[in-house]
Amino acid sequence: MKPQTLFEKVWNEHIVAQEPESPAVLYIDLHLIHEVTSPQAFSGLRRRRLKVRRPDKTVATVDHSVPTRDVSLPIRDPLAAKQIAQLEENAREFGVRLYGMNSPRRGIVHVIGPELGLTQPGMTIVCGDSHTSTHGAFGALAFGIGTSEVEHVLATQCLLQRKPKTCEVRVDGKLSPGVTAKDVILALLANIGIGGGTGHVFEYTGSAIRALTMEQRMTICNMSIEGGARAGMIAPDDATFEFIAGKEFAPKDEAWDAALHRWKNLPSGEGAYYDKTIMLNASEIAPMITYGTNPGMGIPVTSNVPDPDRFTDASQKLALRKALEYMDLRPGQPLIGHPIDVVFIGSCTNSRISDLRLAASLLKDRKVAPNIRVLIVPGSQDVKIQSEAEGLDKIFKAAGAEWREAGCSMCIAMNGDELQPGQYAVSTSNRNFEGRQGKGGRTFLASPLTAAAAAITGTITDVRTLISTN
Amino acid sequence: MASFTTLTSRVLPLLVNDIDTDQIIPARFLKAIDKLGLSEGLFYDWRYNADGSPKRDFILNKPEAKGAQILLAGDNFGCGSSREHAPWALMGFGFRAVISTSFADIFCNNALKNGLLPIIVSAQGHNELRELVENTPSAQLTIDLAAQTVKLPDGTSFQFPIDGFSKACLLNGVDELGYILRFEDNITAYETLHR
Repeated sequence: MKPQTLFEKVWNEHIVAQEPESPAVLYIDLHLIHEVTSPQAFSGLRRRRLKVRRPDKTVATVDHSVPTRDVSLPIRDPLAAKQIAQLEENAREFGVRLYGMNSPRRGIVHVIGPELGLTQPGMTIVCGDSHTSTHGAFGALAFGIGTSEVEHVLATQCLLQRKPKTCEVRVDGKLSPGVTAKDVILALLANIGIGGGTGHVFEYTGSAIRALTMEQRMTICNMSIEGGARAGMIAPDDATFEFIAGKEFAPKDEAWDAALHRWKNLPSGEGAYYDKTIMLNASEIAPMITYGTNPGMGIPVTSNVPDPDRFTDASQKLALRKALEYMDLRPGQPLIGHPIDVVFIGSCTNSRISDLRLAASLLKDRKVAPNIRVLIVPGSQDVKIQSEAEGLDKIFKAAGAEWREAGCSMCIAMNGDELQPGQYAVSTSNRNFEGRQGKGGRTFLASPLTAAAAAITGTITDVRTLISTN
Repeated sequence: MASFTTLTSRVLPLLVNDIDTDQIIPARFLKAIDKLGLSEGLFYDWRYNADGSPKRDFILNKPEAKGAQILLAGDNFGCGSSREHAPWALMGFGFRAVISTSFADIFCNNALKNGLLPIIVSAQGHNELRELVENTPSAQLTIDLAAQTVKLPDGTSFQFPIDGFSKACLLNGVDELGYILRFEDNITAYETLHR
């Protein structure tokens, strides 16, 4: 038989029905929901008098609009409060498990899925959130869907899907000191652009990917969507199995042995066909930072801002001019030394314990630069508890950073954590779109290390200059 | 879902590449628990000044925007967040079709489920349309979904691609949930096999 890719194996395993010329009816193993993209789906179920077909495969949490301080107090934003109350009511009425405001296990949906052991290799996982691609780090086929599709999955546990193409992203070589998984994905995006993966599922392969921890793999898969690929996958290996073992919803005993047997058959066969292949050399990747208004507009932190006049394509020229105008940057100017106002360390991209440890390693015994606001927002209450057990919170607070409760926070700026117009932020999140972190706010995307370095100097900094003096 | 058969309308050009769904509707407008009123937030930060007054030079604020149902956008329209609020807001404003050289996957799916037709044209076709609306802002296009054509005022027309399933759903106003529900037996069989 023709060798199959990881994606093909998972896809084929989940086809419930397929009529000629029609999309496949694909079975969904895990449906994650949150307060922002689900209310209209539940209203749809009520209107049609349908129930949730598999509440046991549906898990809800609140993350997008939750406050990250004073969580014991009532939520001040009446709209956010109403949306959260609506999810509580929907979960109650339809029998869906909810990690609500008072749950010690709540957090960003893409952080808690893996943490709880809900995310497993070979699964199909969806959520009304484009960063569902995160879960692909475990060898799951995981992708974001719209609210109509949320309703479809609630009602039928299935989705209509057209088979996407595959794209192998092969990263070989060894990462240099100061270079992280975030820099790998920003380098890929700078290479292929924001639409380079449209219509495709990425599979990340190569020695550099194999060497990554699960949390680092999640950072990479998380931003697959920023290249237009709805899903990014990494074949499961021992690191994957070790991460899952013992988690609350991981298979136990005989079920674990059977699962392991299945999971070990998932990696792509030798010589499996991909529609496209992209190669990156890990040893050539430097700490990356974005300068523009989409995640594909990234450069090595030591580079200068590109000049629109050096592009021949008129629409590219225009896009770059527009981006630089919004960012108030000049063509050719260096980014190193550019002053900033805010540092945000958090989001489903970089808010896990290892990200916070990286930030703490730099902030330890140092101070945040004067007049710089630093927000450190753990991805889940679990990450918060772990951080506090390790004393990371004390390091952050001693440095002068704000230590918050779990949530999406300033990544999407729905909860009051936001930039003021004109402010510059170095952010570990995933999107630097205009206004994403607050109306008129300007975002430089970077790794937790680069973000922590900027917190210390108050300017964009090559983190390697701080590490070498450590 | 409302059906889509033919549409004759003026075209509003918004010729920016990579328009993400955060621009189409900023996140602060996503706290709604229904689909109503979202057009208020459509392109809000491009459409209004800080004091809430409309930006006169933004296309949606120009007199010709009134009643226009077709948007001509740059490449890779609708990238970023999966928010279905984006097509809801576009439709709330009155749009029934968006023309671009490419669409982000999730946006395209969301649009089709709401009767908003994404029309993909070649770079050359896109240029011709741009010239047309720049020279004749009042020019009307006629979209015929059954024939998969867009007709220009001079009588010429071009074809656009759409998969047969989506086309049938749009023409007949069929919603996909109804289609999936027909596979109840297959779903149950799948669940029994994979227990």
